[in-house]
Amino acid sequence: MASLRYSKSAFFAAALLLASCQREKHDIQPAPTRLAIYGDAARQSALRPGGSVKPQPVVTNPYNASGYDISEGQRLYDWYNCSGCHFAGGGGIGPPLIKKEWIYGGEPANLFDTIVKGRPNGMPSWGGRIPEYQIWQIVAYVRSMNGEQPTSATPTRPDTIETNPQNLVNRVPGATK
Amino acid sequence: MKRLWFALAALAYSAAAQQQSALNPAGPQSGRIAGLWWFFFYLLGAIFIIVMLIMLRTLMRGHRNAEENQPLENHERAQTRETRLRSIVTVSSVVTVVLLFILLVASISIGKANADLGASGKPMIIQVIGNQWWWQFSYLNDDPSQVLTTANEIHIPIGKTVLIQGQSNDVIHSFWVPNLHGKRDLIPSRVTTEYIRADRPGIYRGQCAEFCGLQHAHMAFYIVAEPEDKFKAWMQAQLQPAVAPATPALAQGQQNFLNYACVYCHQIRGTTASGTNGPDLTHFGSRRTIAAGTLPNTPGNLGGWIVNPQSIKPGNHMATIAVKPDDLQPMIQYLESLK
Amino acid sequence: MATQDVSPHIPNEHAELSLLDRVWQNGRGIFGWLSVTTHHAIGMRYIVTAFVMLLLGGIEALLVRIQLAHSNNTFLGPDRYNEIFTTHGTTMMFLFAVPVMEGMAIYLVPMMCGTRNVAFPRLNAFGYWLYLGGCLFLYWGVFTNAAPDMGWFAYPPLSGPQFTPGKRTDIWAQMITFTEVSALCVATELIATIFKMRAPRMSLNRIPLFVWSILVQSFMTIFAMPAIVIASSYLLSDRTVATHFVNPAEGGDPILYQHVFWFFGHPEVYIIFIPALGFVSAIVTAHSRRAIVGYPAMVLSLIANGFIAFGLWVHHMFATGLPQIGEAYFTASSMMIAVTSGIQIFCWLATLWSGKVRLTTALHFVYGFLVIFVLGGLTGVVLASVPLDLQVHDTFFVVAHFHYVLIGGALFPLFGALYHWYPKMTGRMMSERLGKINFWFLFIGFNLTFFPMHILGLHGMPRRVYTYGPEMGWDNLNLLATIGAFIIAIGGILFLVNVFWSRRHGRIAGNNPWEADSLEWAAASPPKNYNFEFLPVATSRYPLWVAPESEPASLSKAKTQPDRAVVTGLRNDRREVLVTTLMDAEPHHRYVLPGSSIWPFITAICVSIGFIGSVFNPWYIISGSIISGLALLGWFWPRKLLELEP
Repeated sequence: MASLRYSKSAFFAAALLLASCQREKHDIQPAPTRLAIYGDAARQSALRPGGSVKPQPVVTNPYNASGYDISEGQRLYDWYNCSGCHFAGGGGIGPPLIKKEWIYGGEPANLFDTIVKGRPNGMPSWGGRIPEYQIWQIVAYVRSMNGEQPTSATPTRPDTIETNPQNLVNRVPGATK
Repeated sequence: MKRLWFALAALAYSAAAQQQSALNPAGPQSGRIAGLWWFFFYLLGAIFIIVMLIMLRTLMRGHRNAEENQPLENHERAQTRETRLRSIVTVSSVVTVVLLFILLVASISIGKANADLGASGKPMIIQVIGNQWWWQFSYLNDDPSQVLTTANEIHIPIGKTVLIQGQSNDVIHSFWVPNLHGKRDLIPSRVTTEYIRADRPGIYRGQCAEFCGLQHAHMAFYIVAEPEDKFKAWMQAQLQPAVAPATPALAQGQQNFLNYACVYCHQIRGTTASGTNGPDLTHFGSRRTIAAGTLPNTPGNLGGWIVNPQSIKPGNHMATIAVKPDDLQPMIQYLESLK
Repeated sequence: MATQDVSPHIPNEHAELSLLDRVWQNGRGIFGWLSVTTHHAIGMRYIVTAFVMLLLGGIEALLVRIQLAHSNNTFLGPDRYNEIFTTHGTTMMFLFAVPVMEGMAIYLVPMMCGTRNVAFPRLNAFGYWLYLGGCLFLYWGVFTNAAPDMGWFAYPPLSGPQFTPGKRTDIWAQMITFTEVSALCVATELIATIFKMRAPRMSLNRIPLFVWSILVQSFMTIFAMPAIVIASSYLLSDRTVATHFVNPAEGGDPILYQHVFWFFGHPEVYIIFIPALGFVSAIVTAHSRRAIVGYPAMVLSLIANGFIAFGLWVHHMFATGLPQIGEAYFTASSMMIAVTSGIQIFCWLATLWSGKVRLTTALHFVYGFLVIFVLGGLTGVVLASVPLDLQVHDTFFVVAHFHYVLIGGALFPLFGALYHWYPKMTGRMMSERLGKINFWFLFIGFNLTFFPMHILGLHGMPRRVYTYGPEMGWDNLNLLATIGAFIIAIGGILFLVNVFWSRRHGRIAGNNPWEADSLEWAAASPPKNYNFEFLPVATSRYPLWVAPESEPASLSKAKTQPDRAVVTGLRNDRREVLVTTLMDAEPHHRYVLPGSSIWPFITAICVSIGFIGSVFNPWYIISGSIISGLALLGWFWPRKLLELEP
C-alpha cells in the first residue's frame, strides 16, 4: 500500500512538474481571436430535447484546466446570473448542471454551443453579448462542477454562497446593521 | 548624510502633488495626527542624535583606550568604574521609560480626541463598499429617494462630520484618505466605521491600503470637499436620473451601450441598464477619472478603456468586448454626456 | 568522574586522539553524507542553504525595485509582481532569517557550552532535511509558475479558494509546515543542550550571552510556532477539505486568522532578532576586549523581550478597528519592548565606551547595526502609536521600518558574526580590507534604499502596489531606492567573493585569532567532529580570559589562558558526553549520544511525501503518517550502541 502511494506520488509530482505551468497560468490578456462575440450566430438552435445530439467539431476549450480561468468562470457564472436559474449547479428554474446526462451534450463544444445559441424553454442566447473567452471560462467552470477538471486546478468549495455582507448581516442574529 | 537626505526629499516633493499625503492635513483628525507626528519626529530625532553622538564618542574613546595600552588596572578602581557605568545605564533606561510614557500619553489622548469627533451631532452617513478593484459609495438617508449610489468619487461638505460605514463584497480592502484621516479596513461580513471631516476645500485622493489582489495598485478614489451650498447642488444633480440623449448621435450611443454586454454590469438610472457588478455610470461624465483613479476622464482614454481594459488595468473584471469601431464613437460621446 | 585542574600527564595521547577521531567520524560517500549528525556539519548546511535562499530572495528584491524604479513601469505585470514580492517576503522570513539563525545556533551553541554535539543529533539532522524540503517545495512552485501571489501573510478571503485559485497558496501553507516542524526540532534540541549539557561550572550566571539569546529564542519558537500551525491549518483545510474556519461567507472569521497569524508573526520577528542580539554581545565583548557591562541586565532584558514579544501582536491590526482600551494596551506593550531593547543598547555602548576597541570588520557591522537598528527601533515607537499607525500602516513607511529592524537588527549582526566566526569555521581569516569595503557598500546602499521609503510612506505610497502614476510624485525617491538596492547587491557580491577567496587564500587563523573569551575558541579551527579533545570547564564567565577569582570587573588584558581546566574520565571509545545539572552545571552523569544514521533522512522523505501530497489530496495525510510511522520504527529500532575496541 505504502509503495503504491509512493509511486503514485512520484508520478503525480512528475506530472505536476510538467503541467503546473498551464494549471497556474494567469491568462489576463485574452488573445484577439477570443474576443469575437458571435453577433450573427443563430439565436435558436434546431436541436430539440430527446433527439440525437449533433456531433460537434472537435473543439478544445482554450481555458480548460487553468485554475485562474475556472475561478473567473465561477465569478462570471454569478455576474451573468447563470445562478439565477441553475443555482449553484443543482438547478431550480433551469436544469441542474451537476449531472452525467446532458440534453444537448456535455462536451466543451456542446456547452459552448448551448450558451451561444440558447435552448428552448428558457435558456437565453448569449451570442452577440458576451465575448468568446468568457463563455469558455464559464464552460470551464461548469465542467469543474462535475469533476471534469483536474483537482489541482479547482477549488474544493465556492466562497460565493453568500458574499453580500448586507444579506449576511440579516442572517446573523443580533448582528448590527 | 541625514541632512543630505532631507534636502533630497525636499527637492523630490517641492513640485509633487500633495493630494495624498499624511503631512498635508485638511481635517481636524489628520491635523492632530500630523502634529503628533512632528512631536514624535523631534523627540525621537533628538534621541537618535544623542545616541549617535555617544556612539561616535565610544568609537574615539575605545580606540584611545586600546592605544594607551595601560597596565592592568587595580581591582578597586575598576570596580568603581564598573559601578559608575552601570548607574549610567540605569539612568538612561529610566529616562527611556519616562520619554516613552510621555509619547504613550500623547498618542492615547490624540486617539481619544479623534474618536470623539463623532460623539456630537448627527453625522452624514456614507456607506463604502470595497470591490475588486473599485469603490462603491452610497449616501444613506431615511428617505429612499434621497439615497445616492455612486462610484470612485464622492463630494462632502466642509466642516461637516461624515460617518464612513465600511463593508466589502469580496476580499479585505482598506479605506484611506491620508489628508483626512488614517485607515479603516473594509472586511467582508463586518461593518467597520470611521469618522472623517474636511475643514479645507480641496480634492483629496484616497487609495486602497490593504493588499487585495492583481489591481491593488489601481484602486483609488477622490473626495471633493466643498462648501455646503455647492455640495447640495452636486447632490441634487446626482440624484437625478441620467439625462436623455439630446442628439441622434447620442441616442445611437445609448442604443449601442444597451446592446453590448455593458448592461450586465453597469447601471444607468433612467435606462434599462441595471447591472450592479460594476460601477454606476448614471453621472459618469461628471467624474474626474475612469477605472478607479487610473486614468483622467477624457474621451480618448475612455475609448482605450472600453476597447481593451485589460491592457490598462490587467486582471480587472471588465470584459474585453470587441466593440465595432463605428459603434464606439457614439458610445463614448453618450457616456461623456452623462454629466 | 571528576573535574580536575590541568592533568599533568595523559598517557598515550596520540592513541586517544585517533580513537576519538574514529568514534566521531562520519561515513563516506553519498550515504555517509546523508547520515551526518555532527552539529557543525548540519549547522553549516543550514547556513549555506539559507544563504542560497538569501541570494534568491535578494534577486527577487532587485526585480521588485526595478519594477518600482519609475511610474507606470511595465517591467513586470501585476501577476508576476505579486508572485515575486510574496516569494521575497516568504523566502526572507521563513527560509532565510529564521533558519540561518538556527544554523548559527546549531553550529555555535554546543561549542560555547563546551560539549561535543547537540542533545539530539538525529533530530537535528531530521530538522535540516525538512527545512531543505520546504525550500525545494516552494521553489519548485516558483519555477513551475505556481509561486504564491497573495502576500506572505496570506490573509483570507484573498488567499481563499475563490480569489487565489490553483495550488499556489497550498504550496505556501505546506512550506510553512515544513519550516515550522524543522524550527520546533531545532528549538527542542537547543534547549536540552543548553540546559543539560553545559560545561561543568557553567552555572546560569556564566552562560555566554549568545547562548542565553538562543535559549530565549528557542522558547519563543516553541510558543509561537503552534500559532502558525493553527493559522496555516485553517487556511489549508479551508482550501482542501472545504472547512469554513476563515470563510466569511459561511460565518468563518477572517479576523481570527489575522489574530492567530500575528500571534505567531510578531514573536517571529524577535525569533529572528534575538539571536542577532547575542551575536552583537559576543562581538562587542571580544572586540572591545572587556567584560560586557551589566550582564544580569542583558540577560533579564533578553528574557523580558521574549515575554513582551507575545503581548503586542495586535499592533499589526490597528486598522481593523479596536476599542479604545485595547488600543491603549497594545500601544503600551509595543512601546515597552523599546525599553528592554534600549537597555541592551546602553549596555553595549557602555562596554564600547570603556573597552579597548579593535575596529575590525565585525565591529564595523556592530556599529552599522547600532545606527540602523536605533533608527528602526524609533520608527517602531511611531508604529506603536495608534493614530500614527493608522496613517503609516501598510505604507512604505512600514516597509522602511521593518527593513531597518530586520536588515539592521539581524542581517548586519549576522554579517558581523560571520566575519567573527569565519576563522573558527574554516581555519582561515577573512580579508579585513575587502570586509570593510563590503561593509560600506552595504551600509550606504541600505540607507539609500530604505531611508527614502519613510518619506514615501508619509506621502501616501501604499505597500504592495505594482506601479503608481506619475502624478503622485513618487518617482525620484523610488529611483533613489532602486539605485540603493543595486549598491546593496554589490555589497552582497563582495561578501561572497570574500568568503570564497578567504577559503583558499585567507591567513591561517589558529584557535583563537581574536583572543576572544568563550569556549568555542578553545576548540581547533576548523573544529574536529568531537569539538574538544577534553571537555573544558567554565572557570568563569569568560573562561578563556585570565580573571581574578571574584567576578571580573575589568579584563583589560585579554589573553588566552594557556593552562585550562578540563574534564577527564569520559570514555573515548564511544560518543560519550557529560550531562550536568540545570542551575549550577555540576557534573551529573555520562551520556552516550547516538551516532550517524540514515534514518532521519528517510523519515524526512516520508514526512515530505505526506506534506506535499496533502496539497493535492488530503488522503496523503493518512498515508504519509503511516509511512512516517514505519520510518520512525526503523529510526528507533533498538540496536547495539557503537563501541570500538581500543
